[in-house]
Amino acid sequence: MAEYIHASGGPIFHIGRYILMIKRCFTRPERAAMYWKETLRQMSNIGVGSVMIIILISFFIGAVSAVQFAYNLSGSMVPMYYVGYVVKESLILELAPTISGLILAGKVGSNLSSELGTMRLTEQIDALEIMGVNTISYLIGPKLAAAVTMIPILVVISAITGIFGGLVAGDLTGYVSSVDFTQGILMNFVAKNIYIMLTKAAVFGFLLTSISCYQGFYAYGSSIEIGKASTKAVVLSSIMVLIADFVLAWLLLN
Amino acid sequence: MIEVKDVRKAFGTQEVLKGISVLFEAGKNNLIIGKSGSGKTVLLKCIVGLLTPTDGHIFFDGKDYVAMGMNDKNEIRRELGMLFQGGALFDSLTVEENVRFPLDMFTKMPMSEKKDRVNEVLKRVNLVNANAKYPSQLSGGMQKRTGIARAIVMNPKYLFCDEPNSGLDPQTSIVIDELIMEITEEYQITTITNTHDMNSVITNGDKIIFLHEGSKHWEGDKVSLFESDNKELIDFIFASDFLKEARDARHDRLISKLSK
Repeated sequence: MAEYIHASGGPIFHIGRYILMIKRCFTRPERAAMYWKETLRQMSNIGVGSVMIIILISFFIGAVSAVQFAYNLSGSMVPMYYVGYVVKESLILELAPTISGLILAGKVGSNLSSELGTMRLTEQIDALEIMGVNTISYLIGPKLAAAVTMIPILVVISAITGIFGGLVAGDLTGYVSSVDFTQGILMNFVAKNIYIMLTKAAVFGFLLTSISCYQGFYAYGSSIEIGKASTKAVVLSSIMVLIADFVLAWLLLN
Repeated sequence: MIEVKDVRKAFGTQEVLKGISVLFEAGKNNLIIGKSGSGKTVLLKCIVGLLTPTDGHIFFDGKDYVAMGMNDKNEIRRELGMLFQGGALFDSLTVEENVRFPLDMFTKMPMSEKKDRVNEVLKRVNLVNANAKYPSQLSGGMQKRTGIARAIVMNPKYLFCDEPNSGLDPQTSIVIDELIMEITEEYQITTITNTHDMNSVITNGDKIIFLHEGSKHWEGDKVSLFESDNKELIDFIFASDFLKEARDARHDRLISKLSK
């Protein structure tokens, strides 16, 4: 195992090692109860721990979207309730999953990467290996399960908060009344868009968690390397979230 | 009993272990000593399976650990206990949860039984009233004792200690050394300790292996250690001129004291 840690190589090497890591996450657990306990802990860390930042950022994104769109519509023939409709659609289809994905790539990604990197540095992972624990499955599997479950919930919260932010901002600035905004929200509801939002959220959750765990798990050396691994985790996760966003939009909207 | 047979380990072109063969006996505290960079840690990591030797064999009671598959290796690993240099305690768990971890993961014992076992080993390592503390709230010596408690909670057949005294004051080091010695004798386990602390060598050295530049240069016990004429070993033990002079002046007294 340690040879894998110290080995280094090009992109093909890392992609191969990443795929093997994902494969090992799905092996049979030694004791399901321990994995479940760890999954609950991670659900709390990833989900509950990120609710406030998601609410805060989403509220203002919704508010800014509403104000800017209302500004663009002012003086045009388009009725103002369209502001509510556009804010809702843009939040559900794009802003809620993508902005949440990018925020979580920073917050959760750096957290997971540094947690695993520190465990590697302080020999906690070696201690688990020597006990006979499948370290990848035990340390990364529950984090993936927690992220794929909790991040879609966070994205739903983000969309709802963003729409509410738009409604409040429209009313406060006087651009669009809450009655008009609500009419826009209720207009032309497409259930498929919710499915697209949740699919994006689950995929982003999987990508940002697995990439960050990969960077942390295979970090070695000094605390400087842990810092570098965290930075790499955030940058790579963010890039992958954006690439996946494009691919999913292309596949799911066609 | 652990037998290491002609083990070699290379990282790229750099050969760190150059064909080491040694027999570690049960119920004894076997020490691996040598300067930094001599290959002690690499040998220990090869024995516990964190590194795979480039060549050679490691037998645990006759079973070839290097050649066996992952499932069989995991079976052997459940008979191993290891004390790490920095303790390697899980930060998010309390002392009790750390010590209980192997029981939670690998046994179906009821919780009350597990708690009794944890309290028993914590008492054995003289660590009482610390169950609810987190590793960050413990001193270095307490972390080592928690590490020992976790290592012995599953009644291992083999105990590995990597630099057990590093970062500890001399008095606490002696306590840890004595604890390792007592546990080895009490449970009749095969203990392998990696150290460059000469106090440990004198306290715990039932059998001593001296490594120099990746090769075994000397093997014996704590009495014969001071009678050896191996130049590298003498340089290692009596690192300063002061110690060399002290040895020459009091050699006979030292040997008779160690022989007792």
